[in-house]
Amino acid sequence: MSETEQNQANKKLIVRLVGIVGGMFLFAFALVPLYDVFCEITGINGKTRGKAIYQSVEVNKQREVTVEFITDINRGMPWEFKSLVKSIKVHPGELNEVKFYAKNTSRKDIIGQTVPSISPGEGALYLNKTECFCFDQQRLAAGEEVEMPMKFYVDSEIPDDITHLTLSYKLFNVTDAVEVASGATK
Amino acid sequence: MADHHPTGIKRWLFTTNHKDIGSMYLWFSFIMFLVGGAMAMVIRAELYQPGLQFVDPNFFNQMTTMHGLIMVFGAVMPSMVGLANWLIPMQIGAPDMALPRMNNWSFWILPFAFAMLISSLFMEGGAPNFGWTFYAPLSTTYAPPSTDFFILGVHMMGISSIMGAINVIVTVFNMRAPGMTLMKMPLFVWTWVITAFLLIMVMPVLAGAVTMMLTDRHFGTDFFNAAGGGDPVMFQHIFWFFGHPEVYIMILPAFGVASEIIPAFARKKLFGYSSMVYATASIALLSFVVWAHHMFTVGMPVAGELFFMIATMLIAVPTGVKVFNWVATMWQGSMTFETPMLFAIAFVILFTIGGFSGVMLAMAPVDFQYHDTYFVVAHFHYVLFPGAIFGTTAAVYYWLPKWTGKMYNEKLGKAHFWISMLFVNLTFFPMHFSGLAGMPRRIPDYNMMFADFNQLASIGAFGLGLSQLLFLGIVIATIRGGKKAEDKPWDGATGLEWDQLPCPAPYHTFDTPPKVN
Repeated sequence: MSETEQNQANKKLIVRLVGIVGGMFLFAFALVPLYDVFCEITGINGKTRGKAIYQSVEVNKQREVTVEFITDINRGMPWEFKSLVKSIKVHPGELNEVKFYAKNTSRKDIIGQTVPSISPGEGALYLNKTECFCFDQQRLAAGEEVEMPMKFYVDSEIPDDITHLTLSYKLFNVTDAVEVASGATK
Repeated sequence: MADHHPTGIKRWLFTTNHKDIGSMYLWFSFIMFLVGGAMAMVIRAELYQPGLQFVDPNFFNQMTTMHGLIMVFGAVMPSMVGLANWLIPMQIGAPDMALPRMNNWSFWILPFAFAMLISSLFMEGGAPNFGWTFYAPLSTTYAPPSTDFFILGVHMMGISSIMGAINVIVTVFNMRAPGMTLMKMPLFVWTWVITAFLLIMVMPVLAGAVTMMLTDRHFGTDFFNAAGGGDPVMFQHIFWFFGHPEVYIMILPAFGVASEIIPAFARKKLFGYSSMVYATASIALLSFVVWAHHMFTVGMPVAGELFFMIATMLIAVPTGVKVFNWVATMWQGSMTFETPMLFAIAFVILFTIGGFSGVMLAMAPVDFQYHDTYFVVAHFHYVLFPGAIFGTTAAVYYWLPKWTGKMYNEKLGKAHFWISMLFVNLTFFPMHFSGLAGMPRRIPDYNMMFADFNQLASIGAFGLGLSQLLFLGIVIATIRGGKKAEDKPWDGATGLEWDQLPCPAPYHTFDTPPKVN
């Protein structure tokens, strides 16, 4: 190969290799939505889906599924937060309502965000929420307390081997993040 | 004329010569090896007995973190790039690397990247303390301010590795001497081409991960923050998508080195050349689909655990092919046991031990017990120290006459080998037992019941650390005043660099392409 041919061949190869590098860098970011899509389809990391619409179906009175509620508060979040019902037995297909309690025990307004997670992970596909405080953020004034309803039904398609579902809510303090975001838009 | 080159500091700052750059990479990696090793000494001193003796727990965590980062990115990876720079052009009959100026740049980024990383030790809040795997949220929400220096350091060393990898691929694809077909290339070149492809595939993913960390820390994104809809487990997926191929990046070139040295001292052709090439390629391909075996305990569905478990155990097949071929090469050979051969044989044996503990860890049900224990520490140190580092050490002894034109002292070389062999096992073998008994990793204090194993490991570590100073002494003594080496110091050695070049190799080699049989 002559020198110019060599240089051209090198350039071609370098462009391709740099293309791979750029592509893989973007791929790392593409993993973020891919990961969410994958988990939503397979329901493997216990993330619940958004708001469901309840359609009255035949309630399967033969089956009972125990649904347990766990709450837990992140570091630096001065709230009380608990489920008023520890666990209930439900029939697949029927609409249920439970209540959660939250109180801001600090001396300033705080915005909270709860993040739900279901165990076992596959169960996430079958627990549908029609109304939940976790769909929105809550702003509680200093000392304010509130009861928050959550409505859900268990899909009648739920596999036989799932007899218990544990719905866990973790409460995060998002006041700073919200204020930074709204400050930015002002 | 062939040996004309600038002198003084300018020679090293501005050099585009692959031999100079190779030497600088090797010296740099050895310095980093000593720095990372010194941190290991702090760790082992603290763990010599239960209780807190020398350092506070936060500093201990900084030591484990920095030790891991420096050894992986500063010692092992640059040492392999150094070998590639020295050897690949000579082995394929090329005058230099394809992109010599980029080569200079990719080396000179490294000292700055590591100066930045190491400087974090002296900053307020201390150095990164979240383990070399920098899992979120430890590395985002709870990390010290110096983490930003770590992030930029990782970016820089990533750019350096990517440039080095591109250089290797272009050199090997476009600059082979006429007649040097792909399937005639020495295995060291083959393993490095495959490593280079792994590098350009996964280093950008690492860059993506640290970029997400950076924006999570400062720009209000929530990639890994559950409160904002992100997911910390996703960090582990992205990290190990890089991390698992990374372990093969560190070991594949060492496979290549062993495949050069063992035939030379067994005085036989390498057994199963083409199966070696295919085995290396299959290991590389499989490495992309096994990452989640590092995180069996995050709560995966059974189907996921089965998939990652089986895919991982499948890697034992091509690896087994390689080990079989090395042993078959030695079988009925006229073996002699000079220092490079000793290191290469120890590499085969001890790497295989590390491979076996890897198969144990691959089994999801038992991994629940082994996860994050000293058993894992024993496993990866067995594949990295007697694997990657013995591989590099063997290469240095083997090619030192070619690089310097001088012979090292064989007696001292053998002493270095036996001392290292003794202490490497004394250091890391007891960790298997303390791990199986349940000792967690990354802790400065531990239960009394692990005291004996830890004492042994610490004694081994001090000996192992000191014995590497002997290595430094041997290399310096060789360069300063070694006996003149013959042009072919190893009678069984083959390849263009031994058959067609004198010792030492002149500054410029193969300006006209050699004839390849």
